Amino acid sequence: MEALELYLQTAAQMGTPILFGTLGGILCEKVGHLNLGVEGMMLLGAVCGFMAGLATGNPILAILAAGLAGAGGALIYAFITVTLQGNQNVTGLVLTTFGTGLSSFLGKDLVGQSLPDGIFAALGPKEIPVLSDIPVVGKMLFHQSPYATAGLVLAILLYFYMNRTTMGLNMRAVGENPGAADASGVNVTLYKYVHILLGGFCCGVGGAYLTLVFVPRWQDEITAGIGWIAVALVIFATWNPLKAIFGAYFFGALRGLSFVIQNMDLTLFGHKITIVSQFLDMIPYAATILVLVFITRGKRAENQAPRALGLAYFREER
Amino acid sequence: MEDKAYIRLEGITKTFGTVKANSNVSLSVKKGEIHALLGENGSGKSTLVNIMAGLYAPEAGTITIGGRERHFSSPGDAIAAGVGMVHQHFKLVEVMTAKENIILGRKEGLAVRGRELTEQIYQIGKKYGLIVNPDKKVYDMSVGEKQTVEILKMLYRGADILILDEPTAVLTPQETATLFGILRNMRAEGCAIIIITHKLNEVMEISDRVTVLRRGESVATLDTAATSPRELTELMVGRPMSLEIHRASYEGKRETLLRVKDLTAADRDGVHRLNHVSFHLHRGEILGVAGIAGSGQKELCEIIAGLDKATGGTVEYNGEMILGLSPREIIKKGVSMSFIPEDRLGMGLVAGMSIVDNVLLKSYRNNPGPFVDRKAGARLADKIIREFDISTPGKWHTVKDLSGGNIQKVLLGREIELHPQLLITAYPVRGLDIGASYNIYDTLNAQKEQGVAILFIGEDLDVLLALCDRIMVIHAGAVMDIVDAKTASKEEIGMLMLGHRPGEEAAV
Repeated sequence: MEALELYLQTAAQMGTPILFGTLGGILCEKVGHLNLGVEGMMLLGAVCGFMAGLATGNPILAILAAGLAGAGGALIYAFITVTLQGNQNVTGLVLTTFGTGLSSFLGKDLVGQSLPDGIFAALGPKEIPVLSDIPVVGKMLFHQSPYATAGLVLAILLYFYMNRTTMGLNMRAVGENPGAADASGVNVTLYKYVHILLGGFCCGVGGAYLTLVFVPRWQDEITAGIGWIAVALVIFATWNPLKAIFGAYFFGALRGLSFVIQNMDLTLFGHKITIVSQFLDMIPYAATILVLVFITRGKRAENQAPRALGLAYFREER
Repeated sequence: MEDKAYIRLEGITKTFGTVKANSNVSLSVKKGEIHALLGENGSGKSTLVNIMAGLYAPEAGTITIGGRERHFSSPGDAIAAGVGMVHQHFKLVEVMTAKENIILGRKEGLAVRGRELTEQIYQIGKKYGLIVNPDKKVYDMSVGEKQTVEILKMLYRGADILILDEPTAVLTPQETATLFGILRNMRAEGCAIIIITHKLNEVMEISDRVTVLRRGESVATLDTAATSPRELTELMVGRPMSLEIHRASYEGKRETLLRVKDLTAADRDGVHRLNHVSFHLHRGEILGVAGIAGSGQKELCEIIAGLDKATGGTVEYNGEMILGLSPREIIKKGVSMSFIPEDRLGMGLVAGMSIVDNVLLKSYRNNPGPFVDRKAGARLADKIIREFDISTPGKWHTVKDLSGGNIQKVLLGREIELHPQLLITAYPVRGLDIGASYNIYDTLNAQKEQGVAILFIGEDLDVLLALCDRIMVIHAGAVMDIVDAKTASKEEIGMLMLGHRPGEEAAV
């Protein structure tokens, strides 16, 4: 029982950066822009957050810097795809390449350095009394770094924003049918910019979770592809922030699984079995493919991708 | 009734690239007036109303509403000034409910207030006779319901100037009557209404005044009561022309060319698209097909042309089963199909290619060898341009830069130049103006006289009744009845389209 609780707790920790990345992806895709640059923005956030943390020792400033770095990457993307109406796929891919390269350049001298104690103290796990004693999920949800808790809260807030507010309604309309939104008086360009930048902010914050809390050090390509998992999870979650929590933690659990299995003594017919670690590391990525194949076969219109996803909008097009 | 104009446009000019869509256009509409805007394709009607709605920015000219000059830089500005537009292609978000679509873009309050809104929508609806379920999703709605939502959306925003761009093009006669009732209610409430339509009888029926546009200029504004369809046509086309659609007769031997029996088709979800459709078609006959959009017209065309699969039934052409043959084999046997989809370019032509290349798409096989013989294609393109009077800067011009009517002529021309025995044509005059439409009717009649069998899928019941020999009415993929076009009435066909058989109570 205790082992399971511990495992779930780890799953939530591993799922947190994925959750931030997925929420960032949802924000962006809901206004009709497929951003394949999630990985790049997460890396930018990871390196900038770590730098700011080193320099200031202030966790808030570190997280803010990470978000702004992600938003900065998103700004490039938004300018090319919204204003210049460039191809979203290519721009997103380039953003990932760019973010990977730039973060590696910026992080050259950061390798091996460690953060001031103030940050550990602030972002370390906090136990919420009573709630954390709930069996099974108590530790997962209520004995966590405030960083992870913030991810949960953000997901819930986003859900209400998207589904219960007039701004959220307008935002969804922009992604579904920008022509209709425009004709109804919604400022399509503004909505796109704001949400793409917010999405970038989330991705940056997600990346910094790795360098500020989880590892917590800088190393090249520290995200190791979780940005891509996040892109896939947006679809898995059917663009729903609440389902994103489930998806992100599920994938966090899969990643955690490789650690667990590695440390287990498996015996089969009296023989001790060792599973090659590379094979175990593969689990979350293989699962991503399987999930995408099965989950996207749903038919409900509400669960489909925003209609105008990937399409540039030009008002006077005839 | 010379009270003051509520909305006045003066000297409006707008160019797209090198095309002058509007040149020095003037229009004024009073409160409590229904004002029709009439003109051929490319005469600049849509451009003009899009300027009023804030979608296009004019290069010159002024818009005055209620005595104040206005400048719209976005649709939001136009809405704020009380201008509401119902677009030809509805601007609705399909996955949202009527209510959500109606409040879209409103800047009041942070939270969506469900119950109050439902009440407000109900109140506005009651005032004008608009009935819609606020919680119904748009994708579940019929065309008429969608239009109701569009109108409600504008009224909810407090629009007192309502612009409708070809609102009746997709409606059944019954739905049109309902719409006109609503418009009259709105007129009584003091709205200024601008309506674009190609149908002269509707202009005569609903409008108080009418402004005619020709080649981007406003030619005249007339009191509807003091004019006639003949005069309006003349103003529109710029020359007198007859409005009668002539029904050609075929003198040759009457033999059955196409025999369709129990044709059934289902889509991927297992929903029946065609339900035991049976009919036959003679040489030298035009068989019209009437039905609400999406009743199986597309499936029927595509199955006969070999583009889609049937799940049951037979299609015999010249006594030979053609179901299951490839499209190329079917074309070779003399079956030709032209389908004009709603966006007019989606099928049959490649928008980014020239007229010649589009013509070659179907005829290149006539030339042996691995290389394309462009000279032959160019000769054929020249012939089509000449015979169908296509106005284009040249045969190498890309198709998408032509006007809608000319694009359709290229498509129909190419099909007819293949000299088919059976010509399937769906919505050939979709969105075309009077002049261009009559050209197409003449072309079809000429084909019929030569003994070509024509399956004509149409929208306008007046045209179907005047042009066709028989009319097959379909509803939800099933044939309701096949009526004689010489004796059938519009109302009878309208009821059949909605799934009501005479003497039967329930709809299918």
